[in-house]
Amino acid sequence: MNRDWLPLVLILVLAAAALPLVPSSSTWLTLTVAGLAMGMMIFMMASGLTLVFGLMDVMNFAHGAFISVGAYAAASVLIALKGGMQAPSLAENLMAMAPALAAAVAVAGVLGWIFERVVIRPVYGDHLKQILVTMGGLIVVEQLIHVVWGPDLIPLPKPATISGSVLIGDAAIERYRILAVIVGLTVFAAMWLLLGRTRLGLLIRAGVENTEMVESLGYRVRRLFVGVFVAGSALAGLGGVMWAMYQESVTAGMGMQMMVVIFIVIIIGGLGSIGGCFVGALLVGLMANYIGYLAPKLALGSNILLMVLILLWRPRGLYPASKA
Amino acid sequence: MLDLKGVNTHISQYHILQGVDFAVPENRLTMLLGRNGAGKTTCLRTIMGLWRASAGTIRFDGRDIHKLDTPDIARLGIAYVPENMGIFAGLTVRENLLLAARGGAPDEKRLERIFTLFPAMKKFLDGAAGNLSGGQKQMLAISRAIVEPRRLLLVDEPTKGLAPAIIAAMIEAFRELKKETTLLVVEQNFSFARSLGDSVAVMDSGRIVHAGAMRDLVADETLQQRLLGLSLEAHQ
Repeated sequence: MNRDWLPLVLILVLAAAALPLVPSSSTWLTLTVAGLAMGMMIFMMASGLTLVFGLMDVMNFAHGAFISVGAYAAASVLIALKGGMQAPSLAENLMAMAPALAAAVAVAGVLGWIFERVVIRPVYGDHLKQILVTMGGLIVVEQLIHVVWGPDLIPLPKPATISGSVLIGDAAIERYRILAVIVGLTVFAAMWLLLGRTRLGLLIRAGVENTEMVESLGYRVRRLFVGVFVAGSALAGLGGVMWAMYQESVTAGMGMQMMVVIFIVIIIGGLGSIGGCFVGALLVGLMANYIGYLAPKLALGSNILLMVLILLWRPRGLYPASKA
Repeated sequence: MLDLKGVNTHISQYHILQGVDFAVPENRLTMLLGRNGAGKTTCLRTIMGLWRASAGTIRFDGRDIHKLDTPDIARLGIAYVPENMGIFAGLTVRENLLLAARGGAPDEKRLERIFTLFPAMKKFLDGAAGNLSGGQKQMLAISRAIVEPRRLLLVDEPTKGLAPAIIAAMIEAFRELKKETTLLVVEQNFSFARSLGDSVAVMDSGRIVHAGAMRDLVADETLQQRLLGLSLEAHQ
């Protein structure tokens, strides 16, 4: 795996650069944790898309649909388990959250499987058609969400014991943000181990570089494609429910709204690179929070500026996958 | 062992292979020669299923393989070393070899044999394959093809862009490989081809225009000039 540490230093540089610009160290700590939490959630949503693009060369603009559907599936479960969510016991909260997260992953994964078979498979190798049919797919799924769950925003309160803040010195840190960081780090560690330590991971990394050669070695890449697409969709669902709980609401358009940031992250990271996606997501999360505090009107523009600067430094992203 | 009859291949609107007929005998090294654009690489890729034959048959051990998918062809024991070597630059040398060993971890004796043939592979085992020199990348590509016993090796221009000293090492390696497997090697370097080839097929404009023993082609300079012309001037 890549041992280039320079992009990681960039995270520290960004955090250090923000320190003198905010009024107090406690504000800086709050913003930094918020940025890291946001970055982790974006990473969960974006990691599947970067692998799908790297391995399958598919530009899937419908990735946002899996985010929304995952969030709605989880919301349905959480509404049914409202008692567990509002109980003052962490164990009961987690017992309500676990099936909701499982539902998000399962429903988004199944939708991904159907989507690969019905929408993506006929357009392998044709980027223009991919853009058209996946954008169309995203719109269709959004409308189906309206049909199934209705057009209104669904409120999604955080679990009772995970709402509120903890004080670290003078800094108030939202408990949910700490949970998001833990879940994000767990997902990243699991992916890192899978890609770096297993034969399946080796196959995925090789497939990102040269699909044809992997087939010439006797591996059926098509099955790998389907597996990665389903896993990527499931991860988007997981990211979706984490994001929805963070926002405390679910809307059909939330996936589409996230797509701009997700594309910025995977371009910054280098298409097909999980490590790059992780670093890119953290940079974007931190940048959005620091600039959102210092100059709110520049928040989205600042991430585009960040992308431009990184592409000027490394034109193929922070950790570009070697393409044959 | 491998028998092509009337093989045609179209790539979009271009008709590249136009009825290719030739055979690769077992336990021999067959050289596939010809000018640039004659269809040699297309021939290998068609055998490997990377491009579909639009007509004709490709028999491997008596079984028609031209409708099989590439992974199924590879699983019959056919290994392919493409012209661009196809190494996974972001993986280490060890990971490249590990991936090629479908049966699990590579056999230790087999690895030792590879390290004897190509000592650089041992030296750079845990280094990124992308950092190897051109010659070392070619060595890795061939090592990967033989990390498990294969029945047939398809090798596309193994000497392309290599320094003379590396080519000499390649010749020695191929002499060893000939002892254990059947090879079909595409080559433009005639001196390399004649030092290794048992049999030869020459392509021109998508067809086989000559097939026979290499020694016969080596002995007949007029035939060489007629068949290979410019290639000979460039590489002899």
